[in-house]
Amino acid sequence: MLNMLLAGFGGQGVLFAGKIVAYAGLIEDQYVSWLPSYGPEMRGGTANCSVCLSDQPIGSPLVLAPDVLIAMNLPSYDKFIDKVVPGGIAVIDSSLIDKKCERTDIHCFYVPATELAQSENLQGLANIIILGKAFGESKFASFETVEQAIHKCVPAKKQHLAEPNLRAIQLGMGL
Amino acid sequence: MASNQKVLMKGNEALAEAAIQAGCHHFFGYPITPQTEVAAYMSKRMPKIGGTYLQAESEVAAINMVLGAASAGVRAMTSSSSPGISLKSEGISYIAGSDLPCLIINVQRGGPGLGGIQPSQSDYWQATRAPGHGDLHILVFAPSTIQEMVDMVFDAFENADRYRMPAMILADGMLGQMMEPVVFPEKKVVTFDKESWATNGHKNQRPHNIVNSLYLQATELERKVKERFERYEVIKAKEARAEEYLVDDAELVVVAYGATSRIARSAINSARAKGVKVGLIRPQTLWPYPSAVIAKAAQTAKAFLTVEMSMGQMVDDVRLAVNGKAPVSFFGHTGGVIPTPAEVLSEIEKLTGGDR
Repeated sequence: MLNMLLAGFGGQGVLFAGKIVAYAGLIEDQYVSWLPSYGPEMRGGTANCSVCLSDQPIGSPLVLAPDVLIAMNLPSYDKFIDKVVPGGIAVIDSSLIDKKCERTDIHCFYVPATELAQSENLQGLANIIILGKAFGESKFASFETVEQAIHKCVPAKKQHLAEPNLRAIQLGMGL
Repeated sequence: MASNQKVLMKGNEALAEAAIQAGCHHFFGYPITPQTEVAAYMSKRMPKIGGTYLQAESEVAAINMVLGAASAGVRAMTSSSSPGISLKSEGISYIAGSDLPCLIINVQRGGPGLGGIQPSQSDYWQATRAPGHGDLHILVFAPSTIQEMVDMVFDAFENADRYRMPAMILADGMLGQMMEPVVFPEKKVVTFDKESWATNGHKNQRPHNIVNSLYLQATELERKVKERFERYEVIKAKEARAEEYLVDDAELVVVAYGATSRIARSAINSARAKGVKVGLIRPQTLWPYPSAVIAKAAQTAKAFLTVEMSMGQMVDDVRLAVNGKAPVSFFGHTGGVIPTPAEVLSEIEKLTGGDR
């Protein structure tokens, strides 16, 4: 079972990263839900999505207490860091968030995803680098499944983008 | 789209694809959050299959275009969210008064007025009591998963045609926006002969068919309405649907539909794990209402709890069905606030005397 919350600014690709997680669940025949925030926050404010994977039918698709939090901006970090369940994982984009978490009951990982995307020639893929780290720490599916999920989520006409996405996820996993 | 393949889809897009697969090639809409993806999907798909996608100048125009298309005997639909459905209500009444089938989708948001854009179930009264002026009902379906949204689109078109009346899918912003895996069934689309009433052109080979909702003779109008209500009685006897979950030994029965029923089910599972005898009745049709299922449960259950994303609207129908045999209480949030499983669990525990 996985309750994941991915949060950041509109345009950083948190909804897309969440879709990869959801597809991974679908490929492994789990119950899956993906619920985005919608409305004004998508137009320049904060955006987030809840993803649930489970072997039981999913009740509320709204994740209020995530096992895994991906935070890609400060407002999201401030809003959600206290909501992570004890023993849970928080992966934080340290290029954009300079706070350090004071909680000792969760596992925090600081990934300079936005800077790495620039320096590794993976422009626009900070979301996937940080997802790679979250995947490496939580192993919500097999790597082969995640590879397949990326191919599913990259539109058919843009399959040339699958390769940099895969490179980004592996970069994140190796951090 | 290949059938039998599991795909991840947003509720709104799944509704649109299901409608196309159910033989609806005529869509008239107007954008409004959180429903817009229905129209957006239709605008991409309809031209490819030779269908009609039309973004009308307003909701009022869109529903009247549905009236026109339905008069010609084709499967037609429109979709909107709460404020837009209010605008369509005149047209819905005309369609019902003209005995025409169609599908209307309401992806509810908070109200009244412009309200908000977050999920809500506060159009229950509108859908089941007064979808338009006059003595009328429409068929109202209440899906709780994306798969059920797809399945109910087929059922809604079929029963709308069978009984010659509008059908509504009453969803909400959560179901419209979320994605879940869905399989499009290889369902054979049931079609109906509409030659006896459709105004579809006949090269003078038969008498004119007339579609009309105006009857100036009071006795004639009364006769028409009474005829329609006889049909409603048949529908009430045959078409009410509900899912029961752990009801048999339940001392407390929760009644919830749509998105709220999912939250209630999570709470019920937690309560059962603590030994609390609680079950769920999930109405799948809101009109006709599955009163018989609730009345049967009222013979054994000690209490009922209705959970809704409104100030308590369906609770009226639960009370009518329980008919004084047990207390019926209400818990909910409104305005776009989504109840949590923990809140529903604590309400269940309050009503059943706490932890045991």
